[in-house]
Amino acid sequence: MIEIKDLHKSYKMGSNSLHVLKGINFTAEAGELVAIMGSSGSGKSTLLNILGMLDGADSGEYILDGVPIKDLTETKAAQYRNKFLGFVFQSFNLINYKSALENVALPLYYQKVARKERQEKALNYLDRVGLKEWATHLPSELSGGQKQRVAIARAMAAEPKVLLADEPTGALDSKTSYEVMDLIQKINDDGNTILVVTHEEDIAHMCKRIVHLKDGVIVEDKKIEQVRAEQYV
Amino acid sequence: MMSYRSTFAYFINHQTPTIMFDIERWQEIFDTIRKNKLRTFLTGLSVASGIFILVILLGFGQGMQNGIEKEFKQDATTSVWAWPGVTAKEHMGLNPGRRIRFKNNDYEMAGRLFKDKIEYESPRVFVRNVNIVYGNEALVYGIQGVSSEFQFIEGFSTAEGRFINYKDEVSLGKVAIIGKKIKEDVFSKVETPVGESIDISGIRFTIIGVFNEQNEREEERIYIPITTAQRVFNGDDKLNTLSYTLPPVENFEEAVAQAIAFKDNLRDYLKEEHIVAPQDDSGVRVWSAMEEAKRYYGITGNMKLFFWFVGVCTIIAGVVGVSNIMLIVVKERTREIGIRKALGAKPWSIVGMILHESIFVTSISGFTGLIFSMTLLEVVGPHVEIDYIVNPSVNFNVAFSTVMVLILAGTLAGFVPAWRAAKVQVIESLRDE
Repeated sequence: MIEIKDLHKSYKMGSNSLHVLKGINFTAEAGELVAIMGSSGSGKSTLLNILGMLDGADSGEYILDGVPIKDLTETKAAQYRNKFLGFVFQSFNLINYKSALENVALPLYYQKVARKERQEKALNYLDRVGLKEWATHLPSELSGGQKQRVAIARAMAAEPKVLLADEPTGALDSKTSYEVMDLIQKINDDGNTILVVTHEEDIAHMCKRIVHLKDGVIVEDKKIEQVRAEQYV
Repeated sequence: MMSYRSTFAYFINHQTPTIMFDIERWQEIFDTIRKNKLRTFLTGLSVASGIFILVILLGFGQGMQNGIEKEFKQDATTSVWAWPGVTAKEHMGLNPGRRIRFKNNDYEMAGRLFKDKIEYESPRVFVRNVNIVYGNEALVYGIQGVSSEFQFIEGFSTAEGRFINYKDEVSLGKVAIIGKKIKEDVFSKVETPVGESIDISGIRFTIIGVFNEQNEREEERIYIPITTAQRVFNGDDKLNTLSYTLPPVENFEEAVAQAIAFKDNLRDYLKEEHIVAPQDDSGVRVWSAMEEAKRYYGITGNMKLFFWFVGVCTIIAGVVGVSNIMLIVVKERTREIGIRKALGAKPWSIVGMILHESIFVTSISGFTGLIFSMTLLEVVGPHVEIDYIVNPSVNFNVAFSTVMVLILAGTLAGFVPAWRAAKVQVIESLRDE
């Protein structure tokens, strides 16, 4: 599903150049649930940016579902993002003046799905995260866990090939974190490929594989025995 | 990274035809507006009040011009006056110091000669050494003999009764028309002086009218027909003044040129008739109100320029204001834009969304401001009549263009922040707590 070969990225900081990614090689099959771990400055955010097509690499290959991601125009990148990727963020990033339903329907708007169909689909996804009754509520009327579930429903609504979650439990208490992880595991059980960036060991162990990043290189890549979140809920 | 030009070409080719009819886009924008009432209201308010102030300002500029023009209309600005003097130079064997006299002949010949150039004409003669009596009260007012057209030259309006007419002139009518001041001073006991009789050196004159004049000195005058004045009192055909007005012309510069040309022609003719040296200006004197007015028109012109200057400054302030608001709106929405981009919004869709919304809001509020201010000027304007401000109004086309300029400039100014917004780094904009 994801194939990365010898990926390099450096940032210009004045006259200096900061080498952030120093040759990353990484492959993820369809249906995998991968945790990307690393301290701040390890390059995990940069890697996520590149995976999310929000930034380009200096050199190396990136193939997503057989499509080489290379020399993208902003418009093309936006198209691919819309078609291939779903994002879940630490701070939920719901649009605060839109209801839960409208938030979930937004990626479908950019897929040019008609309004009515959009709302039906969105309601369906809200139902799947257990928030059908909250469809008309604004994000400010939802709890943190509920917001993250809306965000996950939104990410899934576009039916992406890969779900990218950037510290999805970073702003939640442990009980809510496990609820969210439970949801992510269930989505993964349906066969979706998910990448979770996290620095929390327990969250990482709820994935099926952990990739450790340090100073721009992968220092460890291991398959693990998945801890089901269900038991803590 | 896509080049600027090709991005633009893409926009032109794919996006433009659908913008106005893209119902989904409109729904999205109405949603945004409905959910952000305060922001929309404040943006709209500042645009509307900007337009409102500008239009009112332009209106009062126009009002001031109207006011100044009106002050001059009352004095029939195209009038030209000629009166005789004393020669200062020797000419064709005649000694200097000779007193020139105008006769009826001069008036008639000039009238015939310049027939095409004259609108109204009237001779004038002063009647001196007469006693005026009303009842048993002796009056001390100047009496002048004029023709029926004199009222147009002086720009009189008749308050009561009528002015001298042609019939009075032909029939040597014993009729008089008095100034408003005389009416107040002498005829306060009767309801109207029209129909009352006054005695001028033993001859009964009937008062036929009262005239209005702004100048108080002129309101203390009694006018009688020129023919009566000459035959009954003066006993000759001597004239004190020749007065004319010229036909109105649209363009002020043309009017001045016309007045100067006529003045020169008239003076040359009179000088020749009375054998006055061409360089001798004291023998025949000619005065044109137009030249005098030119000075004041100059002021009006400057005034108009000043108001335009103020207007343009206001527009610039308005544009800066709109751009400022756009900048703040974009800044405030950076996070939302980042989210939209992460969900697959294309750069041009972001730019389009922001511009579409801002054009919509500025247009609606701009035209609201325009309608309010124009209505105010239409309703209140005609009633405004302070000194030097009459009927403040504004040319609709000017006001309309101003609104369009404001919208266009606001859009152009808003484009930069919108474009920058479309370029925001998603992760950065979303991480920035």
